[in-house]
Amino acid sequence: MAVLVDKNTRVVVQGITGKEGSFHTSQMIEYGTRVIGGVTPGKGGQKSEHGVPIFNTLQDAVDKEGANATVIFVPPPFAADAILEAVGAQIPLCICITEGIPVRDMSRVYSVLKTSKTRLIGPNCPGVISPGKCKIGIMPAMIHKEGRIGVVSRSGTLTYEAVGQLTIQGFGQSTCIGIGGDPIIGTKHKAAVELLMNDPETDGIIMIGEIGGTDEEDAAEWIKLNKKKPVVGFIAGQTAPPGKRMGHAGAIISGGKGTASTKMEAMRNAGIVVVESPAEMGAAMKKALG
Amino acid sequence: MKIHEYQAKDILRRYGVTVPEGRVTGNPAEIGKLYDELGGGIVAVKSQIHAGGRGKGIVYDKEDPATATKIQDGGVKVAKSREEAEKYGSNIVGNYLVTQQTGGVGKRVLKVYLEKGTEIAREFYLSILVDRAVSKPIVIYSTEGGMDIEEVAAHTPDKIHRLEVEPAIGLQAWQAREILYKLGVPAEAMKQGVDFLLKLWKACDDEDASMLEVNPLVLTKQNTIIALDCKFTYDDNALYRHPEAVHLRDITEEDPLELRASEFNLNYVRLDGNVGCMVNGAGLAMATMDIIKLAGEFPANFLDVGGGANAQTVANGFRIILGDPNVKAIFINVFGGIVQCDRVANGIIQAAKDVNIHVPLIVRLKGTNADIAKDILAKSGLKILVASELKDGADAVATAIRGGK
Repeated sequence: MAVLVDKNTRVVVQGITGKEGSFHTSQMIEYGTRVIGGVTPGKGGQKSEHGVPIFNTLQDAVDKEGANATVIFVPPPFAADAILEAVGAQIPLCICITEGIPVRDMSRVYSVLKTSKTRLIGPNCPGVISPGKCKIGIMPAMIHKEGRIGVVSRSGTLTYEAVGQLTIQGFGQSTCIGIGGDPIIGTKHKAAVELLMNDPETDGIIMIGEIGGTDEEDAAEWIKLNKKKPVVGFIAGQTAPPGKRMGHAGAIISGGKGTASTKMEAMRNAGIVVVESPAEMGAAMKKALG
Repeated sequence: MKIHEYQAKDILRRYGVTVPEGRVTGNPAEIGKLYDELGGGIVAVKSQIHAGGRGKGIVYDKEDPATATKIQDGGVKVAKSREEAEKYGSNIVGNYLVTQQTGGVGKRVLKVYLEKGTEIAREFYLSILVDRAVSKPIVIYSTEGGMDIEEVAAHTPDKIHRLEVEPAIGLQAWQAREILYKLGVPAEAMKQGVDFLLKLWKACDDEDASMLEVNPLVLTKQNTIIALDCKFTYDDNALYRHPEAVHLRDITEEDPLELRASEFNLNYVRLDGNVGCMVNGAGLAMATMDIIKLAGEFPANFLDVGGGANAQTVANGFRIILGDPNVKAIFINVFGGIVQCDRVANGIIQAAKDVNIHVPLIVRLKGTNADIAKDILAKSGLKILVASELKDGADAVATAIRGGK
């Protein structure tokens, strides 16, 4: 089995009638993901253009179609509410793609999440894919191959870059988890790496971080004690100046914290193979696996 | 979005947070009148720029201190008379202030803020921000006020206190008391101090400040807690909730190229190097900067063109990048997923025709339809170096720049 998602995952799309939500729902269905319906308040009872039922509330989708995962495409002002609706419906997995949610909203969501039955991935993330089994999110399906390497990353296109390099080296992926580029995210590096470390179908892990915060250091500390398979790491933003936000809301070096060099050092100390060049992630994994 | 001290204090006043009375102006001729309005006596004359360290800054008559004449020491001065206020104020307005945070060159000061003098008994430090490690707001405070807090943290970390706030319920009265007791505030000031902190929290929370810093937080000789200075940054993602805050933006404080990029909805940060970068996605954009450095050159910018990467976006990207005279080559690195590489290639060709590109252009397209894209670029008749992998692209950039020297 892969982590987080598999062939039995029953996905509901919050914001299925929006432009992004609708387009990516088509892509997910085409990939073989079991999209059982969508939620758009006020349109309950209708069918989406993909032919799946639309519900007014997420609870309806759970009660009537047995949804056990949700993906959120609603605009930033309503996204925090959408996550809380997922918590309310006790959905085990909630993946929030939306970028631009106010930090205040996310800090409130986070305190509710801690005591809930829901695992949040994101926000501001590409989603989760277990190639050949299930894709929930916006990543391009065709670049992924079934295999035994797990990828954890805060960034979308940089994850695709890693996947592309793995393909060149002849490796497929077990599960790729895009954890998101915001300062407050539901599942941090440590938790995502832990899932893959304990997954019997994952042989190696690529962990991609970036400047800002201390999540990579926390993950490194855990890996140091629990490493039982090779981990290759890269940190983006080695050339970024302090105090400037590099695109992602979370990518900022502040008060001397969150620099690439401290993260890379912590990761090396934990026995992670840290590559300086983003072009060497795939090759380093091949070498690490011998 | 950063705002000025006088704007921040207007917000604090609206929430009932105690701040000294003040007046702002961009017109030196008004200073005397405003001094009188404040009742005369001791008045602080404060430069309004977005950088810190104003007090220890130096005012020059030109932007570059190397060729400028010094006008006065200090971007914040204490005037004891109307004449002094007028002198300091006119020295500041229209001139350039260099501080530790302005990065070598001066920032033009367009406005000066006059503030009624305060009789200071003690100075503290206090800020409210979100701590990513705990995913909650925290209050950071210290008895060491009026100084650079990062210095305090580096040398005497035990003097920095932090307190976590439960976001759903906000700062509580007992927490406000804890802060004040740890700061050693006397009993006489406790009731007003608690009220001050609760209102400060409300201002920070209701206004979606990503950072609110009061340094110094002052205990006056009359045993009142006041905010003597205030730095306030809006969470950009929450600005839609604060339509009135749009007017607080000061575009003269922004880099002209970054400002233009924001008008194009491009995510651009200017850097010191000479390789212009255009990339889709923030993480890959940072990684591209990193590999350019590993190839021996340095990026001129961070630029994330997002998922679209069509002819118009790319053309705007070219315009921004080429607006920086340091740029000696341009590296486009796009990983086409949902957006297909052949469409990106056509967009690049169209954009290259619209914008006169006078530096070498290196393009690396990877992902969906990358081979078709390479073909399109090769047959375009344009001088474009095409790379397959990340490293090839970065090496080609370095070669192009060194060849050009």
